[in-house]
Amino acid sequence: MTDPEDRRAKRPTGAEEATAPDTPIRRTGDDSRVRNAIRRELEEDRPAPRPAPANTMEFKAANNVALEHVSLAFETPILDDVSFSARHGETVTILGESGTGKSTVLKLLLRLLVPDRGKVYIEGEEITQLDFNDALRVRQKMGMVFQGAALFDSMTVYENVAYPLREHTTLSEDEIVARVREKLDFVDLNPDKVLDQMPSELSGGMKKRVGIARGMANNPKIMLYDEPTSGLDPLTTATITHLILKLQRELGVTGVVVTHDIRSAFRMSSYIAVLYQRRIHFFGTPEEMSGSDDPYIRSFLGGF
Amino acid sequence: MLDRLNNAVKRKVYNLQEYFVLAGKSVGFVFARPFYRGDLVQQMDAIGVGSLGIVLLTGFFTGMVLALQSSVQLKTFGATMYIGRLIAASMIRELGPVLAGLMVAGRVGSGIAAQLGSMRVTEQIDALNTLGTDPIKKLVTPRVLAALIMLPTLTVINDVAGILGGNVIAVAYVGIPTSLYWQTVWEQIAAGGFLFRYIPHDFIHGLVKPFVFGGIISTIGCHFGLKTSGGTEGVGVATTRTVVTASILILVVDYFITQILLAILGS
Repeated sequence: MTDPEDRRAKRPTGAEEATAPDTPIRRTGDDSRVRNAIRRELEEDRPAPRPAPANTMEFKAANNVALEHVSLAFETPILDDVSFSARHGETVTILGESGTGKSTVLKLLLRLLVPDRGKVYIEGEEITQLDFNDALRVRQKMGMVFQGAALFDSMTVYENVAYPLREHTTLSEDEIVARVREKLDFVDLNPDKVLDQMPSELSGGMKKRVGIARGMANNPKIMLYDEPTSGLDPLTTATITHLILKLQRELGVTGVVVTHDIRSAFRMSSYIAVLYQRRIHFFGTPEEMSGSDDPYIRSFLGGF
Repeated sequence: MLDRLNNAVKRKVYNLQEYFVLAGKSVGFVFARPFYRGDLVQQMDAIGVGSLGIVLLTGFFTGMVLALQSSVQLKTFGATMYIGRLIAASMIRELGPVLAGLMVAGRVGSGIAAQLGSMRVTEQIDALNTLGTDPIKKLVTPRVLAALIMLPTLTVINDVAGILGGNVIAVAYVGIPTSLYWQTVWEQIAAGGFLFRYIPHDFIHGLVKPFVFGGIISTIGCHFGLKTSGGTEGVGVATTRTVVTASILILVVDYFITQILLAILGS
């Protein structure tokens, strides 16, 4: 089993990432360049495929976030015997068509939903049977970035990012200000400009970034992203993808990303899980995915 | 057919259960930490101070029109001097609480439903949950508490505005001096009887009702708001349902409270 620290060290740093705006990734209509770029990136920093867990104990210890044989149905079945996990410092992306229950997986991890069968683990703790108050406590270990950012629109940017700190820490007001500035800096927003703005005054990309800043305000070790790049222009998409990578590489945050955006998924994922017909149809590295002969995976990747 | 009826009934019962759980929790959390005092003050301002204008206007004009109408009727019996009694009787026991309740249901109930509804559809409620906050404690409890405090307050203001409105008409139109008007108002209050010698029954009627109405308006608004689904259209539906349901409940519950209070107090 490779140590995640080693793997991170091998990857290019965030700075290099930022200073390479001329990577052909953003160019459209030129398949070969995009493919080459992706292949290059894959070769550089993909971790070796990990061995299957030997037993449940190891499964729990090795994984930061895990679903074990989870099934869930409302009026129709949504998930059927789904298992996947993300270890410390890994980013696992869940791909799938619309309505396949991708967002449901995030809700299960947050214990906003309880599975009919199976178990959910967060940092080795089984959260399936927790009561409401314990669930609130477990949720503090995770930062969630919502599709529409879900900023509280009655509060300023500062109050939004400060919210989890006010709720769950005993930091003084000065410390909160410092922390909020630090997080806004991290997501490349100028604190002096945005602190007192209302969410309605921000652009879509800025809202997403404030959303990320709020999600990471408590320094969680796990970040969940629901369609982080949907509805954004290609440049902003690249910025957000870069931010997710930066969180993983610089802070060692475990990420679970739900998205349709194959290009960003390939860029930022340690592993990709494809949900199809209520099950995990594929789980593997992006490289394995692009080399897969599976007809569904091939059609899912489409022209890619 | 029977199946569909069965499901419909189940859903209704389930909704009702959800409503009572929400109402119970919102009141239960009044004594639980953390206490969102800032939110409470903000809601009291929005519900109470914000509704002051419409409540004053409604009360004043209702008092005026009551005086005007009753002066015509009372004149035929030569009893125009009892105008104050009539206005006090109708304003304090019934019109004050009910009118304030209906106005606040329209203004505040719809506002609560729309706000919580848009928070639901833009995932802000989910965001609260994931940030480790109980949305009921953060959003519902301050609103319910603020309504429970502010509606009786608004009703008193409404009553006073109504009696003053009657006063203006009594003096200007009917020719009854202010002192006589207020004397008859007090006679009416005294005629209702007292609890423990000092608390007029009229005041108990007039304050228990808005307290209950405040609870109805805020919990109904929160319930429909939090249950909103289906995007912006859903917000509209939640708002309409809140105003209709709360208004009807106010009128129905008003009858039963009156009946119960009459049974307990005797008058």
